[in-house]
Amino acid sequence: MGTPVTHAPAMEGLSKDSEPRHGPVKPVRPAALKRRRRQENLAGYLFMSPWIAGFLLLTAGPMIASLYFAFTDYNLFDSPQWIGFDNFSEMFGDPRWRHSVQVTMWYVAVGTPLKLLAALGVALLLAQNRRGQAFYRAAFYAPSLIGASVSIAIVWRAIFSDDAIVDRTQQFFGIEVGGWTGDPELIIYSLVALTVWQFGAPMVIFLAGLKQVPRELYEAAEVDGAGKLRRFWNITLPMISPVLFFNVLLETIHSFQIFSSAYIVGGGAGGNACGPADGSMVYTCYLYVQGFENSRMGLASAMAWMLLVAVALVTAVLFWSQKHWVHYEEGA
Amino acid sequence: MSAQATDITPARSTRAGALRRKLPGSVAWHVGSLLILAVILYPVIWVIGASFKRSEDIIGSLDLFPTDPITENYTSLSDGIADISITTFFTNSLFLAVGSVIGILLSCSLTAYAFARIRFAGRNLLFTLMIGTLLLPYHVLLIPQYVLFRNLDMINTYTPLLLGKYLATEAFFVFLMVQFMRNLPKELDEAARLDGCGHLRIYWSIVLPLCRPALITSAIFTFINSWNDFMGPLIYLNEPDRYTVSLGLKMFVDQEGVANYGGMIAMTLIALLPVLAFFLAFQRYLIDGMATSGLKG
Repeated sequence: MGTPVTHAPAMEGLSKDSEPRHGPVKPVRPAALKRRRRQENLAGYLFMSPWIAGFLLLTAGPMIASLYFAFTDYNLFDSPQWIGFDNFSEMFGDPRWRHSVQVTMWYVAVGTPLKLLAALGVALLLAQNRRGQAFYRAAFYAPSLIGASVSIAIVWRAIFSDDAIVDRTQQFFGIEVGGWTGDPELIIYSLVALTVWQFGAPMVIFLAGLKQVPRELYEAAEVDGAGKLRRFWNITLPMISPVLFFNVLLETIHSFQIFSSAYIVGGGAGGNACGPADGSMVYTCYLYVQGFENSRMGLASAMAWMLLVAVALVTAVLFWSQKHWVHYEEGA
Repeated sequence: MSAQATDITPARSTRAGALRRKLPGSVAWHVGSLLILAVILYPVIWVIGASFKRSEDIIGSLDLFPTDPITENYTSLSDGIADISITTFFTNSLFLAVGSVIGILLSCSLTAYAFARIRFAGRNLLFTLMIGTLLLPYHVLLIPQYVLFRNLDMINTYTPLLLGKYLATEAFFVFLMVQFMRNLPKELDEAARLDGCGHLRIYWSIVLPLCRPALITSAIFTFINSWNDFMGPLIYLNEPDRYTVSLGLKMFVDQEGVANYGGMIAMTLIALLPVLAFFLAFQRYLIDGMATSGLKG
């Protein structure tokens, strides 16, 4: 894109152009100003009207409805029955639900850091301006576009099954554990591998961040005798910390919501919708099973709200932690 | 964007000396990059090779490409799945993808224009709300939206899959366009305003044409997202003649082992082709769009 990329603080809102538009050039009559302001308000809300309708009808309204359903017994056919906290106590007492929480946490806790490490590592590699850099950048980015598709999930199921490439490679090294997709313990790692395979999107963002770091800083550090590691730790890392924060936030939130890959790699519909012995039963898989296969809309809504609370907590913790490790440049 | 050099070890002194110091690094760099490339490409190359193998050879054989390639997997697709022709799935997916692109371009650019170029009361609050929806897990809306569309008798229609696109619910694209529009010079609006143009004229004749890069990025991402979407169609569509490609593939997965495994692999590859084609044609827009969103995010 043709615009210059500037290093602006994350989530800065619209404060940038909030200063008065015309400045003190000549006094405007209050009545005209008032009319002008009214016109601007009207125009603003007219332009915004599709979004406002969508927000009320498809976001805010459903959120309230979902919160209400969470406290009801609702099977779609009879009207919702208020049952207080029963859905929540059923949920917490359900070993399958606890299992799905565990699987998801494991997936997020292992997959996200690995993916970001791969993204940062490869970005550092590509930041060296060598021949073919643009080609590699494009090629490494491609999996991020196709990774969430049913097609790739099918491929994944194939190459991680018994006797396929991954299994044969393991056998070559003397590891006899069989294919991953048939194993309740290992199937989740095939999903971890799938998310790491898609490191390209955060990599592109890291790369753009790396290009913003002023070269003079490195040169000055070199004059002072700082080694490569020192330079990375004291210059690169602080300079790209806003980008790192953005990637951590987005990838973590994303990971919590994995569905299609887990559903397809786990073998699709039927009795074991989410992998052998629920091995790839991530949270949203169980939510889907309860809501759409068992028609427990109330229970599924309660589950969805728990997910929202979890994601909100993680987001809040990340934003709180920002002040300890994210460095925003003043007035950049 | 790739113009600046970010090489961390500036090599000076004589050319020969520089070369001596740079060569091992360069070799290591290329070997490393090629290794990663192999891992990245393996699944895609595997599926190409597998689509020309006999069903029973697909999993077991380690050869990337079969010694005696067959085309039966592709020709078997002409029978369709469960009496539905494969082209039906592709037509449905294409309709949804194009419909989504039009909706996103119109609704998100209108919203973005208001955020970026009109000063109205409550703008900052609405912007914060919009950013908030960016972080909201979609699953909270899944069930109530389903109940809503079910009550409106819209199950098995494309309305639930398209309506949101026409109501700018995809905050990411609004955000992308706001960032772009904010960088256009304010003087343009002011000049147009002196000439008596209203906001609608400025939006349509000045801002939209200048936003072309952001619009292209949004259009391609929307197309790909819609093409790949699985959960939406899974929930809202239940008659096979309305199915998208993703759901057609799922029908294959459901009967896996019983029927035509090779056919499924062939269709897997065909389903990837539009996305790969878009990627090859527009990778610059996609990558730069991605990079900008992150930096200004």
